[in-house]
Amino acid sequence: MIVFDQVEKSYQVAGRAIPALHPTSMTIETGEVFGIVGHSGAGKSTLVRLINKLEPSTGGRILIDDEDITRYSAAELRAFRRKVGMIFQHFNLLSSKTVADNIAFPMKLAGIYSKAEIRSRVDELLARVSLSDHANKYPSQLSGGQKQRVGIARALACRPTILLCDEATSALDPQTTQSVLKLLADINKELGLTIVLITHEMDVVRRVCDRVAVMDAGRVVEMGPVSEVFLHPQHPTTRDFVFESENVDRDELQEDLQKAEGRILRLTFKGESTYKPLLGSVARESGVDFSILSGRIDHIKDTPYGQLTLSLVGGDLEVAMKALEAAEVHVEVVR
Amino acid sequence: MEALMESLMGNVDWAEIGWASWDTLVMVGMSLLFSVLIGLPIGVLLFLTGKRQLLEQPVAYAILSFIVNVLRSVPFIILLIVMIPFTVMLIGTSLGVAGAIPPLVAGGAPFFARLVETSLREVDRGIIEATQAMGANVRQIIFGALLPEALPGIIAGITVTAITLVSYAAMSGVIGGGGLGDLAIRFGYQRFQTDVMVITVALLVIFVQVLQMAGDRLVLYFSRK
Repeated sequence: MIVFDQVEKSYQVAGRAIPALHPTSMTIETGEVFGIVGHSGAGKSTLVRLINKLEPSTGGRILIDDEDITRYSAAELRAFRRKVGMIFQHFNLLSSKTVADNIAFPMKLAGIYSKAEIRSRVDELLARVSLSDHANKYPSQLSGGQKQRVGIARALACRPTILLCDEATSALDPQTTQSVLKLLADINKELGLTIVLITHEMDVVRRVCDRVAVMDAGRVVEMGPVSEVFLHPQHPTTRDFVFESENVDRDELQEDLQKAEGRILRLTFKGESTYKPLLGSVARESGVDFSILSGRIDHIKDTPYGQLTLSLVGGDLEVAMKALEAAEVHVEVVR
Repeated sequence: MEALMESLMGNVDWAEIGWASWDTLVMVGMSLLFSVLIGLPIGVLLFLTGKRQLLEQPVAYAILSFIVNVLRSVPFIILLIVMIPFTVMLIGTSLGVAGAIPPLVAGGAPFFARLVETSLREVDRGIIEATQAMGANVRQIIFGALLPEALPGIIAGITVTAITLVSYAAMSGVIGGGGLGDLAIRFGYQRFQTDVMVITVALLVIFVQVLQMAGDRLVLYFSRK
């Protein structure tokens, strides 16, 4: 468990303290995939670096499994860092070392593993990230996705309990992003490892995270389960991110809504209800006609969801509303 | 043919040329060795104590940087003369091959130190950060990540330093340093034996070419980018 207790961070610039993170309290549970989303400069990079003290905090306490890491001595900190893996946007592999040597590097630095142990662990990890055939290649001979898989194997070498991902998929194409995210999700499930992932893409959060914190200008402005934050965003920044990830042009959407007649509703289906033939039966029972103004149907992690914006005309609106609310559907009246 | 050679290179004593070449090799080799041994740690220290680096130490950096700059800004011909008393104290003579080595090192080491500092700065900061995140201490970061990553740049730096030392070694002939430079000055210049001058310069050119080629090959071999 990672607990932030009034943690803050500021930089001294020309004698003045410039805040990068305003006092923040939050808890990241053991074994969850926790996303931190924000625009560049929002403070998410700083936040994730506080966890392994690549950036020292300037106030508050950071408790990891009940130990305050802000008080660690240099030696304690080095031992602690071995239990926290980290992967990076630009992979940060050593270009002078082969794939196998890159993965072995953190184990060699730890100085507590025998050569045989290192060799068997490297083989195991190479197989886990499907790179066994590339053990003796140099990073420059690999594709971006392969490099990030080496990064993941290296981060896992010393069997960490926490994995920090710093924009790990931002330099990858969409297809590769998907395979790397799947690998992260699998690792989280298999090893029960806590993953803290920062990104500027809501789509990444939607695919793998359990909970998410949205950051803006050095503050966490919204936090909660991904389905909650994603389907019912409250803060303007969160809404921006959700719309961005949906490729929705908000002006266009407003125009469409203005043209539509009658009552406008936004329905949110989650889980099993996504698959139920609800709209047809409601229309029959209440006699309302509906037209779909916009809609999306996708998955949040493993849960299917649908969100439809409808305009309803004619028939008995009351009956329709009741029937919708009776079903496991979240109804929001837009107009 | 022989008559032609005789008329063109009548003054050339090939045995003398051979010895002088060997002396130049020894001077460059020894001074390069010591320049690297002294310059490498100074370069690493310059890098580490620099701004926003691992062991940021503005005062230490300023002092080190000042010494390096002073040694580098003194023209080598002056450095040769200034160093004489120190050289005599260190090895008993300021003449010959041995006497040329201390001033060559005094000129080569700071030069090489700056090249090391530059090539270390070119190592991606992300790699240092990643190594820190693995729990490495400063020594492990230097030897495990920084130096291996900067190796091609450091080898290129050794090549440039070696070539600079070839020309410095030739210059040391002025104060009786020995080697090809000494030959060029005593015979080629003072006795107007143009043929000796041409031969020594040609040999120096070949020497530099070989060094550059060998250096480039090594850089290529160690580059994995």
